[in-house]
Amino acid sequence: MNDPIARLILQKDDKEYIGHLFGAPVSSSGEVVFNTSMTGYTESLTDPSYKGQLLVYTYPIIGNYGIPNIGKNISDFSESENIHINGLIISDYSHHPYHWNMRYSLSYWLKKNGVPGIYGIDTRALTKKIREEGTMLGKIIINHDIPFYDPNQENLASKVCINEKTIYGHGKYKVLLVDLGVKNNILRCLLNRNCQIIRVPWSSDFSKEDDYDGILLSNGPGNPKTYHKVIKHVEYALKDNRPIFGICLGNQLIGLAAGVNTFKLKYGHRGYNQPVLLEGTSKAYITSQNHGYVLDVQILPPNWKILFQNINDGSCEGLIHENKPFFSVQFHPEASGGPIDTEFLFDWFIECMHSSNKLYR
Amino acid sequence: MKKILVIGSGALKIGEAGEFDYSGTQALKAIKEEGIETILVNPNIATVQTSEGIADKIYFLPIYPKFIKKVIEKEKPSGLLLSFGGQTALNCGVKLFEKGVLKKHVLKVLGTPIESIIASEDRDIFRDKLNTMNIKTARGIVVHSLEEAFSASEEIGFPIIIRTSYALGGLSSGFAHDKKELATLIDIALSHSSQILIEESLKGWKEIEYEVMCDRYGNCITVCNLENFDPIGIHTGDSIVVAPSQTLPNSEYQKLRTFSLSIARAFGIIGECNVQFALSPNSEDYRLIEINARLSRSSALASKATGYPIAFIAAKLALGYGLHELKNYVTQTTSAFFEPSLDYVVCKFPRWDLKKFSRSSTQIDSSMKSVGEVMSIGGSFEEAFQKGLRMLDIGLEGFINPKKKR
Ligand SMILES: Nc1ncnc2c1ncn2[C@@H]1O[C@H](COP(=O)(O)OP(=O)(O)OP(=O)(O)O)[C@@H](O)[C@H]1O
Repeated sequence: MNDPIARLILQKDDKEYIGHLFGAPVSSSGEVVFNTSMTGYTESLTDPSYKGQLLVYTYPIIGNYGIPNIGKNISDFSESENIHINGLIISDYSHHPYHWNMRYSLSYWLKKNGVPGIYGIDTRALTKKIREEGTMLGKIIINHDIPFYDPNQENLASKVCINEKTIYGHGKYKVLLVDLGVKNNILRCLLNRNCQIIRVPWSSDFSKEDDYDGILLSNGPGNPKTYHKVIKHVEYALKDNRPIFGICLGNQLIGLAAGVNTFKLKYGHRGYNQPVLLEGTSKAYITSQNHGYVLDVQILPPNWKILFQNINDGSCEGLIHENKPFFSVQFHPEASGGPIDTEFLFDWFIECMHSSNKLYR
Repeated sequence: MKKILVIGSGALKIGEAGEFDYSGTQALKAIKEEGIETILVNPNIATVQTSEGIADKIYFLPIYPKFIKKVIEKEKPSGLLLSFGGQTALNCGVKLFEKGVLKKHVLKVLGTPIESIIASEDRDIFRDKLNTMNIKTARGIVVHSLEEAFSASEEIGFPIIIRTSYALGGLSSGFAHDKKELATLIDIALSHSSQILIEESLKGWKEIEYEVMCDRYGNCITVCNLENFDPIGIHTGDSIVVAPSQTLPNSEYQKLRTFSLSIARAFGIIGECNVQFALSPNSEDYRLIEINARLSRSSALASKATGYPIAFIAAKLALGYGLHELKNYVTQTTSAFFEPSLDYVVCKFPRWDLKKFSRSSTQIDSSMKSVGEVMSIGGSFEEAFQKGLRMLDIGLEGFINPKKKR
C-alpha cells in the first residue's frame, strides 16, 4: 500500500474515513450513493445517470478485469465516451488486473479522466450509514479541502446530453429519442430492432418534430422536477396518439406530465437485483436499476395504471396508459450492466409503433 | 397433497457427501411446515435427516428401486421428491419411472418433471436440445463400443475427454491423448455405463457455474455464480472455487446468466438446477458443459455462500409456490425472488485423503477425489484464500513462502 493517503468526509458525519488514492490525484465532491452490483463498473462509471455522484461499491473487489478500449463508437463496451461519476469509493482495489479485452487499468483510466478513487474504505459500514440516514453529500480529499456539492440543485442533463440532433441507422421505425443522458445500450437495443434513431438534446422542442413513429424518453441524472421544459413538451406529446416509451428519468417525466408527483427515496435503488412484478400477473423479473427518485402513485390520474411494482418495497416501477400506446418503466430494460430479462420491452415499443402506424396513418 | 416420499442421501461417498443430507433435511422441514406428512428412505443413520423430528417416518433401507418400490406399495404416498438426495436418488427415481412403478401407483414426481431429468442426463437428448436452442456445446459424439469410440476419436481428434451418462463426480471420465489411452478408458467406462460421450478437450478454459431457481410460472433467478480457480479439466469437486466470479466483466457474466435462465426454462425446471460452462480465456467464446437438474454439490456451496436457502425454497417451489410468493427467509420482509448481492468473497477448498488409497495417483483430473471441503469468507480474495488454506487443518499457514524468514 504505497499509494498516497486519501480522506473521505461526509456532510452528516464527524468521522473521517481514511483510505488510499487511485485514479486522479484531485479532490472531488458530490452526492454519496451506493451500488450493490458485483460486476459492471465500466458500464456504471460511463452511465450519464451517475453524473455528480460519488459512487460506493458494496462489493469489495473492484478493478479486477481492467477497462476495455473505449472510443466514440456506440458498439464499444461502454455506455458513453466519458466517466460521469465524481469519484469512486471502494474497499479493495485490484492492482494486478487481467482480461483478454483489457486496455487500461481502472486506476489509469480514472486518472486519464481526472476522476479520483479511494480504496481501503470500510464500504459495508459506509453503506449501513447511508441506509440508516439516507443519501448524503460527501467529498474525497487528496491534498486541499473543497466545499460540498449538491448535484440535485442543478440541471444535469445539459452536461451529459448531445449538443445537436444526430441520426443513427436506417431502420423502418423512426424513433425520436429525447436525450437526457442516454446510455449507449438503449441505442443498441433500438438499432438491433430495425429502427432509425433521431436523437435530440433534452431541451429541444420536440413538438416541432413531426417525422417520427414513436418517442423514447431516456434515462438521465438528477431531480426530475428540474426538467420543466421537457415536462411541457411531454404534456403536449401525450395529447397525440403516437407511442411513447419512458425509461428511468423518462418514466418520471411522463408521470409528472400526466399529473403524478415524484419523491426522493431514502437511499435509492442502485444494483442489478431489484425484483419487479408485472401488475395483475405472476410474472416476475430481476431488473437493473439506478435511481434516487420515484413516482408517488397513491392517487393516479384517470386512464393511467401501474405497469410494474417493486416486489421488495412496493414502489412504482412503471406506468401504462389504458387506451393510448404510452408506457414507461423505472428500471433499465437495456441493462448494461445487469440482467437483460426485461429487454422484451423494446419489442413492445416496436409493436406499438407497428400497430399505431397501421391505425393512425 | 397429504403424504410425500423423500428419497434421502444414502451412503456417504466421494462426490456425494454431507451436502445431500443438508438438502434433504431442508426439504423435509419445508414440507412439514405445510402440514404434509413426510416419509424418508435413507439407510444412513449417521445423518441429520434421520434424526428425530425431521421426517414423520423413516425407512432405513438402501436407495435401490426394489426397496423404494416396497415403501411406495406400503405407504401409498401421493408425491415424490427425487432431487434432494443427489445423483443416486435421482437415478433410482428414473428407474422407478422406467419400470412403470410411478404410473402404477399414481405417484406424482414433484418439482422438475421426470422427462426433464432424463433429457438433462442423457448426453444425446441433451445435446440435441441445446443445438435447437443455438447454445454451443463441446464438439462430441455419443458412442456405445470401442469401435465407435475409435472412429469418433478420428473425427474429433486427440486430445479428447470421455464422460459417461448418469455419472457422479465425473466417475470414469478421463483424458486420452492417443488410441491406447482411449482403449483403457473406454474399457473402464463401459463397465459403468452403456452410453459414453467422446468430446473435444477444453482443458485450460475457465469453468463457470450458475445456480438457477425456477418456479412453475417460469420465473427464474440465479442465486449466484461460481468460478473455478482451477481451469476446465480439473473436476469442480477437486478445484478451489470462488463465489462470485472474479474475472468476468458484465457482458460475459450476463451472457452466461441469460443462457442459464433460458436452459432452465427450456428443460422445465421447477426448483433448482446447476448449469456449468467452459468460457474461453481469450474471447467471449463458451461451451455448455452440463446441467444438473437437482440439488448439487455446488448448490449446497452457493446456499452457504449467499445465505439463500436453496433447498428449502426448491422444496416450496416443488409444492407449487411461485418465487415471488415466498419470503426471503433471511430478511423475512423482502421476497425470495431476488438475487443475493454479496459484499464479500467466498472460497471453497477441497480436502483430500489420498493416503487411504495407496495405489491411486496423486494427480487431479476430471474425476473427483476429494473427500471434504472448507469454505471461507473474506473482505478480499487474499483474505478468503488464506483463511481457507489454514482451515484445511493440514498445517498450512496460508499461501506463503515457507523459506522466507519472518
Ligand atoms: N470437454 C471437456 N474438456 C475438458 N474437461 C472437461 C470437459 N467436459 C468436462 N470436463 C471436466 O470434467 C469435470 C467433470 O465433468 P462433469 O461435471 O460432466 O461430470 P459429472 O460426473 O457430471 O460430475 P458432477 O458430480 O459434478 O455432476 C468437469 O468439472 C470439467 O472440469
